[in-house]
Amino acid sequence: MTDADKPTKYRLIGLALPRHDALDKVYGQTKYADDFTMPGTLHAKVLRSRYAAARIVSIDTSAAERMPGVHAVLTARDVPRNETTSKFGQTHSAGGFEGLYRVLADKKVRYMGEAVALVAAETPETAAQALRAIDVVYEPQPGVFDPVEALKPDAYRVGEEDTNVVCSYKVRKGDVDAAFARADVVVENEYRVPFGDHVYLEPESGTAWIDEDGVLTIRASTQVIEHFRDVADILRLPHNKVRVIAPMLGGGFGGKEDITVEAYLALLAYRTKRPVKLTYTREESILSHSKRHPYVMRYKTAATADGKLVAMECELISDAGGYPFLSPWVLLYSTVMATGPYKIPNVKVDAHAVLTNNTFTSAYRGFGAPQVCFAYESQMDAVAAQLGLTPLAFRMKNYLHTGDELGTGYALESAVLTDETAERALAALGEPTKPRSPWEKIGRGIASGMQSYGRLVYLHDSSRSFVGFELDGTVVVRCGVQDIGGGQTSSIAQITAEVLGVSMQDVTVYFGDTALTPLAGTTTATRMLYMSGNATLKAARAVRDALVTKAAEMLDASPDRIAMADKTFRVVGDKDHSLSLIEVLEACASDGIPLSNLAQFNAPAREVKESANVEGQIHPDYTFGTHAAEVAVDTVTGQVTVLKLVAAFDVGQAINRLSAEGQLEGGTACGAGYALLEDVKMDRGRTVTCALDTYLVPTAADLPDVTTIMIESGGGMGPFGAKGIGEPSSTSSAPAVTNAVADAIGIRLTRLPVSPERILTALKEGQAKRDDAVSRRVPELA
Amino acid sequence: MGTQEIEIQVNGQPLRATVAVEATLLDVLRNELGVVEVKNGCGQGDCGACTVLLDGDAVNSCLTLAVQADGRQVTTVKGLGSPEAPHPLQESFVAHGAVQCGFCSSGMVLSAASLMKQNPTPTRAEIREAISGNLCRCTGYTKIVDAIEEVANNARLLEERAS
Repeated sequence: MTDADKPTKYRLIGLALPRHDALDKVYGQTKYADDFTMPGTLHAKVLRSRYAAARIVSIDTSAAERMPGVHAVLTARDVPRNETTSKFGQTHSAGGFEGLYRVLADKKVRYMGEAVALVAAETPETAAQALRAIDVVYEPQPGVFDPVEALKPDAYRVGEEDTNVVCSYKVRKGDVDAAFARADVVVENEYRVPFGDHVYLEPESGTAWIDEDGVLTIRASTQVIEHFRDVADILRLPHNKVRVIAPMLGGGFGGKEDITVEAYLALLAYRTKRPVKLTYTREESILSHSKRHPYVMRYKTAATADGKLVAMECELISDAGGYPFLSPWVLLYSTVMATGPYKIPNVKVDAHAVLTNNTFTSAYRGFGAPQVCFAYESQMDAVAAQLGLTPLAFRMKNYLHTGDELGTGYALESAVLTDETAERALAALGEPTKPRSPWEKIGRGIASGMQSYGRLVYLHDSSRSFVGFELDGTVVVRCGVQDIGGGQTSSIAQITAEVLGVSMQDVTVYFGDTALTPLAGTTTATRMLYMSGNATLKAARAVRDALVTKAAEMLDASPDRIAMADKTFRVVGDKDHSLSLIEVLEACASDGIPLSNLAQFNAPAREVKESANVEGQIHPDYTFGTHAAEVAVDTVTGQVTVLKLVAAFDVGQAINRLSAEGQLEGGTACGAGYALLEDVKMDRGRTVTCALDTYLVPTAADLPDVTTIMIESGGGMGPFGAKGIGEPSSTSSAPAVTNAVADAIGIRLTRLPVSPERILTALKEGQAKRDDAVSRRVPELA
Repeated sequence: MGTQEIEIQVNGQPLRATVAVEATLLDVLRNELGVVEVKNGCGQGDCGACTVLLDGDAVNSCLTLAVQADGRQVTTVKGLGSPEAPHPLQESFVAHGAVQCGFCSSGMVLSAASLMKQNPTPTRAEIREAISGNLCRCTGYTKIVDAIEEVANNARLLEERAS
């Protein structure tokens, strides 16, 4: 097939091409972090606090150190710089957005599972025995486990500061009180969402060693190889003496954005001068690593009788757990996106992140957007019911469009097609399913969402990519991306092949190595396609331009008449003259014309405003979409069966259709789990759901097929007009399911997950609020 | 507890090891025999990432003692097929985009292979039930079910032609 026969305007972009990494994975050839072994490797284990809140009176490691086969036992006093303010893979200083990271507990433990000591030994069994031989004397403290309690003036102090408040933000637009007074309908509700665990199938893992040049090298399952800087700071080493390599990851979802095993491994390898390996058990992963933030959210929403939103007031309290980590950033995202994809003249948001003695909370797919989306989309249905409008009709009167302002005053610049996504998502549900029994109720719901892609503009984000031809016509890309399974490197190969007129199989992407690949930033924040896709596109176009210029000279034609495809240069409209790729490459090499290019892409940048008042542009751009769900609720058992799930999104431009659909399907499934199942339960800081038989995630038997609708506006800031969809695909899924449950049973549950127990309680006791019922207030802030 | 010498046929290759009697098959495969295409996702039988075929039937290798595999055939995803001689399920998983991070894939493909052995023409509901012990966090399962269904449909066509 020639280019002209292709139905799209691109050769490869937008096609459903099999991913190169899928081949290796399905034949069992891909090596993940724990699959690598080195001769002489020691095995590490971490001693973790048995208390959520305690003072450490003493630590005696002498018995453990004397055990045969034990090579190192480290505590806080062995860490050259135990406390660091992590910049999380950033080169730009962003003031108050740098979270405290403490490697090992010192004097005080702040959550159960906090690391207290490290051991490296000849075998895992010896390391485990050594942990038991470490004598830690704790003085238990009362602790505080509820973020609202932790706000009170006399609350137990989690950290060393005289307040538990990590940060507070506010948005002010118009006058909400005057609008509430004039409005025809005002609905006020309090919503609560739980801790969530990422449940990447691959637990945290890595190996560290000192290489032949004395460079401390760490191969770890991480979304951020640029933690090499943090590790270097912790060991007080020069940044260029620490190298981090990320092999293919078995999932990330934000849980491998913070440091996991890297610092522990670095300290132990540096001490022992031996390779050291550490892989978490599933229990350790659930117990001790970051969680999605629980929120308490009070929402007050007002509309006129003709269905126009006039005001929204939101109070958000997030549980940061024992350490801040990324809580300030997550809360800022929630603050900016608190009012969703709606045009509202009067907005008031007050948001607080609060330390407790619960497991620390940090990045998780959606980064603060799913929590508030559950609240504002529940409110939208509640207000629509009061107005006597359908959920779709009410939303259609209020969606934001290009040029409209968010609560912060930023006017949207790119394509906004939420209306179309909502109409198409609802239509795709088709004919309603008939109940299978008199006690089964069928319900339908929709939820729209907005979610940023790309990082905070305060971070001055950038990415780099190197693209070059080899003399045989194959292509090498070097780009420091972490491939967490979403097709990150495969999309880069596809973009490169498109521009350079070769096939995807001709492109090899070297990725994820701070020593060998140009730094490309984090694989987080739905930024990798946007940032590294653009950097790769820029580099590939520069290479193409150089080759086309040379080919034009050789063919005696103007460069704008040269077509470069299928490894051939042709003069457009002239069938007689062409050159092979190899001929042009050889000519360029001979003339000293570079066959490669290293390009940098910079995102829009703004300076940090050191003020709690959030104003103006905070993110580069947003993705908009709608989920629709149909559920059956068994009113005898409270069991919810999800019958249909639809995700309709403006993806800008799909790069790989299979990968884009895969993101939409997987994100939707994740959101359905958040709605119905997922709940890390803690009892005074002690996690009681430490295994996958108590922390439940959706299985294949729990979900229907996900129907995906991709709209391609071409209006995104990514390569070829793409928008990011990794996180947006999940954000509005949960409220679509819970709105469907509310539609089925006529009662709105304001707490996730919407479990059978909660549904039965609501049905039997009638205590849960109906859409028009009374409101409850969060206790006044201290 | 003591040790025992065992011989396991892994993908047709006889492999010997001296193992602790309490050692799991997963631990011995990964850490003693270097069979790292078998993944450890939870070690408690909840996620299915460690699924292998034991004499043709899918088992969680984390819940199987190594000594139980003595003298028996263990098939991993590498034994099911290779790029040179692929199994239809492997080709179908790639073609349908059923592989994202890939950490569940080896166990998922083997559970599907075990299902097809017992029931070559399963329905979508039967496929969903059969792989419900294999967690996937990336795909939402739709493309995985698509991939398995296509192989089943091809089997059904062959069956119809033969009859």
